[in-house]
Amino acid sequence: MKVLVTVKEVATVEDTFEIEGTAIPERYLEYDLNEWDDYAIEEAVQLAEAHDDVEVVSVTIGPPRVEETIRIALAKGVDRAIRIWDDELADYQLLDVPAKANILAEVVAQEDPDIVFTGVQADDDAFGATGVALAATSDYQWAAVVNQFELEDDGTVSVHRELEGGIEELTEVQLPAVFTIQTGINEPRYASLRGIRMAQQKEIAEVTLADLGLDIDAIDGALEVTSMAEPETESEVTLFEGDASSTASQLVDLFDDLGVIDA
Amino acid sequence: MSDILIVTEHRRGEIRPVSYELIGCGADLASKTGGDLHVAVISGEVDEMAAAFNRDGVDVIHTVADGDEFNHDIYRQAIAHLVEDVDPRFVITPQSVNGMDYAPAVATDMGVPLVTDAVGISLDGEQLTVTREMYGSKVETTVAVAGERAVITIRAGEWPPIESGGSAEIEVVDIDIDESAIGSTVTGFAEMAAGDVDISEADILVSIGRGIDEEENLDIVHELANTLGATVSASRPIVDAGWLPKNRQVGQSGKTVSPDVYIAIGISGAVQHVAGMKGAKTIIAINNDSNAPIFDIADYGIVDDLFDVVPALTEALA
Repeated sequence: MKVLVTVKEVATVEDTFEIEGTAIPERYLEYDLNEWDDYAIEEAVQLAEAHDDVEVVSVTIGPPRVEETIRIALAKGVDRAIRIWDDELADYQLLDVPAKANILAEVVAQEDPDIVFTGVQADDDAFGATGVALAATSDYQWAAVVNQFELEDDGTVSVHRELEGGIEELTEVQLPAVFTIQTGINEPRYASLRGIRMAQQKEIAEVTLADLGLDIDAIDGALEVTSMAEPETESEVTLFEGDASSTASQLVDLFDDLGVIDA
Repeated sequence: MSDILIVTEHRRGEIRPVSYELIGCGADLASKTGGDLHVAVISGEVDEMAAAFNRDGVDVIHTVADGDEFNHDIYRQAIAHLVEDVDPRFVITPQSVNGMDYAPAVATDMGVPLVTDAVGISLDGEQLTVTREMYGSKVETTVAVAGERAVITIRAGEWPPIESGGSAEIEVVDIDIDESAIGSTVTGFAEMAAGDVDISEADILVSIGRGIDEEENLDIVHELANTLGATVSASRPIVDAGWLPKNRQVGQSGKTVSPDVYIAIGISGAVQHVAGMKGAKTIIAINNDSNAPIFDIADYGIVDDLFDVVPALTEALA
């Protein structure tokens, strides 16, 4: 059995930042493994540990910089990795969902995995749609927002989908299929020293769009960011100032006013 | 090709409120395109729901009776059929867990752009522009969408629901569902365990978020809650980490609470969390990031290190 995990390196923004034009300058950005993908990696590695002959392959779209993040996935137990990059991709400010699905679908066609795990969403652009779009493009089955996953003996998969308000949907899915993984489904491991050492020996295959048989039309998305701003807020917050003992006593006065304590 | 198609949502016999917001959003867009507003009602008690969706601005309600509960394969086939019939310019669905389970497939099938989690939509001449958030709600972007058609998913709570009655015509749609294309089966539902305490009944909630850093640091929060006679709740990361049980989680996928006082400690205030606690009478936020969105909805706030403020508060109360 083969499991493909999509792994994205996401940009996170520091608490204090500026916007220049339609982007946040590099100096305010940090790059990290997407939180949801950490859970997707763990789910794949646990599946490989629980069953014989499961190969876990990761796929990432990104420039050479992202190899550091890919090594984390390899150190956690992914067997080998694919990194897709192309100078043409560097020119795009935003890869939209169909563009990402088109690229990943070629990898699915080449690798022919039984199971694809993606994160529910990426922390930066937050489309929350690539996994299902990939399934539809690759003619795979799917389940979105999965917080429990069980591979059954008959080759089907039983999942829980985390709906709103503490309700879970119990669903049986035929393979091959894509599952978008919700945080909290498992406890992602830290990479061990041994894992980090072994990761250095594992393969990261570099793949261009041409290698995938794609040309620029496949990624020429329909979306263009035309403005970026900090959300306007209508905050009417009353801030308490001073050191901790001062703000604490102001809060106690507030509790008294609100009638929640007898001061 | 100026019509709008919205796809309503229901679960276990109940209409999801976002459906009425979709009508508001769709009616607004239809007034700009000059087209009709079509409403899709798929699976379940469709006649009953169609009557409820007969509201101001709706032109046609299409009912597809196949299936009881949501199944994305049935939705996908039903919407493909309606898209063929109606030829809509825009298809709009909720950015709900179920919306996320079919909208990307609909966009793929139609071969049109997909824009998810919209908080604003404008149509200036022929140019569609969608407002959405990025980087954990730290920035708001406007995105210009090329081409004529699109599938858009909208965030709940951003458009006013339409309450008043309308004069729509109802069309019963008969489609041959291709059973061989149904690859998943919903077998039931599970509700989170009730646990030891119902946080939605609490008068005072001391709620803790990612800022607490380590499990052992929860002690200072429990001490504060004990001193104050409050109940401890949490945002998602604390429950994901297994530090508190799921029944303590406030937010979209957890519980909706409306206590007299909600004290958010080390909680940034992501939209999914705010959805579960904005009904609190008084909201107090303690966070060292003055830009955290929690301060936008808080009544009172302290911008400081929670590890200084929380013990000081416990001491001041004792």
